Amino acid sequence: MLTKLLSGDQPRSRALTAILLLILICLAGAPFLFDGVRPLDTAARICIFIVLVASYDLLLGYAGIVSFAHTMFFGLGAYGVALASTHMGRGFDALIVGSVAGALAAVVLALMIGLFSLRVRAIFFAMITLAVASAVAVLVSQFSGLTGGEDGLTYKIPRVLTSANRMGEFLGTRISGKILNYYLIFFASLALFLLLLRIVNSPFGRVLQAIRENDFRAEAIGYRVVWYRTAATCLSAATAALAGSLFAIWLRYVGPDTTLSFEIMLDILLMVVIGGMGTMYGAVIGATLFIMAQTYLQNLMGVASEATHNLPLLPHLLEPDRWLMWLGILFILSVYFFPTGIVGRLRERGKA
Amino acid sequence: MSDPILTLDNIYTDIAQYHILQGVNFTVPRGQVTMLLGRNGVGKTTTLKTIMGQWRAKSGAILFEGRDINTLPTATRARAGIGFVPEDMGIFGDLTVEENMILGCTSGPLDAVRKDWLLAAFPALATFWKSEAGNLSGGQKQMLSIARALAEDRQLYLIDEPTKGLAPAIVSTMAQALRELKEQGASILLVEQNFSVARALGDSAVVMDDGAVVWSGAMAELAGNKDLQEQLMGLSMEAH
Repeated sequence: MLTKLLSGDQPRSRALTAILLLILICLAGAPFLFDGVRPLDTAARICIFIVLVASYDLLLGYAGIVSFAHTMFFGLGAYGVALASTHMGRGFDALIVGSVAGALAAVVLALMIGLFSLRVRAIFFAMITLAVASAVAVLVSQFSGLTGGEDGLTYKIPRVLTSANRMGEFLGTRISGKILNYYLIFFASLALFLLLLRIVNSPFGRVLQAIRENDFRAEAIGYRVVWYRTAATCLSAATAALAGSLFAIWLRYVGPDTTLSFEIMLDILLMVVIGGMGTMYGAVIGATLFIMAQTYLQNLMGVASEATHNLPLLPHLLEPDRWLMWLGILFILSVYFFPTGIVGRLRERGKA
Repeated sequence: MSDPILTLDNIYTDIAQYHILQGVNFTVPRGQVTMLLGRNGVGKTTTLKTIMGQWRAKSGAILFEGRDINTLPTATRARAGIGFVPEDMGIFGDLTVEENMILGCTSGPLDAVRKDWLLAAFPALATFWKSEAGNLSGGQKQMLSIARALAEDRQLYLIDEPTKGLAPAIVSTMAQALRELKEQGASILLVEQNFSVARALGDSAVVMDDGAVVWSGAMAELAGNKDLQEQLMGLSMEAH
């Protein structure tokens, strides 16, 4: 049953299995295990970014395609929900219409970019995605009448998914619509992740891996490389858009900085590399570590700085304001010690 | 001579500014093994890659089953029934032996009878069936490369130096497998530097020099004429 659920792609390492189980338990029980709004918000972001990073891994790790337009697809999904909710009013119909429209728009755009540029060298495709993503970000800022420009859009989601919906108590925790909303995000993310796992372990996924290794060889066997690359781009874009829709449902706000910025694109790249490219499970580890570090490193450093206030230099280095520097150092160290990503390293250790 | 399955008609191929093939003409008879011979660098591999479409012929026609395939994409040529084993093996190292074999079947699942034959011909593949292909030895990778091309019944096989750099024991395994393929009536265009293998397998031979065909005829005729071998290839088959 479990093997079928994971499409036969087991973690293949005890340590990795333990880490993944721990993450799954923490995410599944987040509303009951941790107090306050911040941990729940962090857990929801982790769920969404797991899907976003996994969808990018399908593209980069499995098909060997470097794209800089992934946040654009993420943004399309988010703006789809935002625009539908703004114009149709609060309701599940708006969420569904917005999500489907966002995913469709992402597929159409991915198809156009793919058909025009996937025949050319990989570097040109990367450059074209960068150009298109920048153009879309500028358009979103410029068409402020529709998109809210730099201010973004704030909208209402169904009341049943908000804190205003109180539903009693369970295991000592007050159950509200926010928790329902969290579980919507959690289960949708879980379903999307398992779907991606199924895709990469299907014959289609094997052809993508073959193309990544040697595209002419795959073509010479009889696989249309452009078709497969374009299909992978479309699938990846649709999943990223759905992740964006979930993000929009959770935040009840979208803006260029939260969904379309190049910084998010860099974060996705780092999460894929840290977790381990071409593994899918790397997305789980990468996204969890990265978002935890983004959220809690500053606090941790504050505690460490206080604890070392009697020592020379160290308290200054551990100043909470310097958290970005430490985040950078942590990434450099992780790439240095885990060149195949954490999942790759754990699997290598498992083999030895 | 039986009807040709493949005809190259005045093929010219350039790679960058270099004119590699300069009017190649020859035919591959159906159900026979045609050896493509010649010194290093005369255009044998480029000929195979031009047939497969990796290099597009500048002019001329490539008639496969009577249809000009010169403008078709590589994948369409493969699906039309041409199997290709490149010189560099081209296995997919991150995938298992089984996955490599499954990828070789573009029109359906791997046929059980064919699988049994291939695993009997290349027993090492059965041993490492679930292992990553990247971990195989050079000889095993070459076996996998050939087995993958044979995983599905193709009308024509293009095989580029299958015994290159292999240990004698593996060469004989390879030669035996190709002999069995020949006995099944397959049409094969084979580039081979090992003359004893070429002599044993070839029905006809095409000798190239400087991007063009300089001789074609029966393999037995070439194998039995030392002077001709010296004249065409600069060395005798007996030397190998």
